[in-house]
Amino acid sequence: MRLVTAVIKPFKLDEVKSALEAYGIHGLTVSEASGYGRQKGHTEVYRGAEYTVDLVPKIKVEILVDEDDAQSVVDVIVKTAQTGRIGDGKVWTVPVDTVVRVRTGERGPDAL
Amino acid sequence: MEESLLNTGDTAWILVSAALVLIMLPGLALFYGGMTRSKSVLNMIMMVFGSLFLVGVLWILYGYSVAFGTDVGSGLLGDPAEYFGLSGLMTDDPEATFPAMAFVGFQAMFAAITVALVAGAIADRAKFATWMVFAGIWATIVYFPVAHWVWGEGGWIFEGMGPLNGVPAIDFAGGTAVHINAGAAALAVALVLGKRLGWPKNPMKPHNLTLVMLGAGLLWFGWFGFNAGSALAADNTAAVVFVNTIGATCAAALAWLLVEKLRDGHATSLGAASGVVAGLVAITPACSSVSPVGALILGVIAGVACALFVPLKFKLGYDDSLDVVGIHLIGGLVGTLLIGFLATEAAPAGVNGLFFGGGTEQLVSQAIAAVAVMAFAFIVTLIIAKVLDLVIGFRVDEDSEITGVDLTEHAETAYEFGETGGGGKFVGTSERAALRAEAQDAEGVNA
Repeated sequence: MRLVTAVIKPFKLDEVKSALEAYGIHGLTVSEASGYGRQKGHTEVYRGAEYTVDLVPKIKVEILVDEDDAQSVVDVIVKTAQTGRIGDGKVWTVPVDTVVRVRTGERGPDAL
Repeated sequence: MEESLLNTGDTAWILVSAALVLIMLPGLALFYGGMTRSKSVLNMIMMVFGSLFLVGVLWILYGYSVAFGTDVGSGLLGDPAEYFGLSGLMTDDPEATFPAMAFVGFQAMFAAITVALVAGAIADRAKFATWMVFAGIWATIVYFPVAHWVWGEGGWIFEGMGPLNGVPAIDFAGGTAVHINAGAAALAVALVLGKRLGWPKNPMKPHNLTLVMLGAGLLWFGWFGFNAGSALAADNTAAVVFVNTIGATCAAALAWLLVEKLRDGHATSLGAASGVVAGLVAITPACSSVSPVGALILGVIAGVACALFVPLKFKLGYDDSLDVVGIHLIGGLVGTLLIGFLATEAAPAGVNGLFFGGGTEQLVSQAIAAVAVMAFAFIVTLIIAKVLDLVIGFRVDEDSEITGVDLTEHAETAYEFGETGGGGKFVGTSERAALRAEAQDAEGVNA
């Protein structure tokens, strides 16, 4: 099993979600995140005082998948989240050794 | 029975106006509160409401009497004993067009808002208890006497005494007594408390501009009572003042936005809210003495002047957190002085300024009154604040300032997002003492 984590532009969430559903992914976790990479922040002006805001709002999506699905899921996310402009985000995977469905106590791939 | 001269229309308008001025306090609380950081919004709101509570009591006890009692100090002070506890003011006076109590109530709100205005200078870092002590002392020895100077019968500015050479300065609704007074006091308290930790390097941007806009709107709504109510009659003067209050405010907001667009590249909502207040402040003294077009000109000048002055605090190095100086002191000065130029005989006050063929006398009187109130408020406030700081401390300690004064001064937080909250459990009233003792023991062990 693997955990796929994607940091994407917030307005891309719905498209990514639909694409993942179409692929057959039935559950994911979304959280609001902020950070920066090559896309730097912006400046804001309050009563003539300028502030630089470094952190850009992003959405973090986490999905637990079967080993065999991991690469395809990554591809689906990259394809849908891509705008080609700076700040599109990143996707990565890490191995996971235990997953338990809380309701039933099922373990391993059955719990996905 | 003697026929009463009481005018029910006037009385109704004064009472409604008093209620309108009251709504300026929650308006100010939102205007200021939205501009603070989220960890100190409740403290700011409480400083504003606290001023109202305290001044409301003091006004009834002796404040009204000091401001509007018979002069006992060569134009400087009313007799505090004359109307102590508002004694003698409950009986119906058949000679009056409105009851004395209507005026007492109306002016009570002026006293409250003036004290509350000062709080904006010391956002994020003041001890609430010290603020309350300060508010009481400041009202007593600064606001009540200055209100007497400007509006009390026998007051030196009202009567044109001494340096005014028989020409009373015009201050219809409080350019000197309210705005220059509070603005100069704000500078003094900001200097005594000092800069916030990390100012100006760390960003201290407003945490909720929607509150600021709503607050500015409420202030404007209430300001119609503040200005037009000051006519003390439901008459032509009130109507002229009402329209001037619209014109100057709209013009000032547009002017502020234009300055921003040209200087910073964007017209901001905070700029709009600030322009509104700058225009309201500037038209306050002048609303009965200028024409509607005069009000527009005055508004533009106030909007530009305040928008340009506000960022100077970063160069001059004083942390007037919410720009009470830049808006109320500067706006008050602009409005008070421009009367000397823009006043026209055609307006209800019936005085000509320099641009309308009047002499320089009015301008000189305006300047003397403005400088006198500014100097008195600044010096006396500096002394009050410094003494309080030395005796009981005015500023919270560093840890509290970093944590946020909402939590450390009031044991509350303004916003709870989501359902996780901070965890923890309900502690019944009986358990509280035991828990506190436990916490103190733990602290003792750690120390």
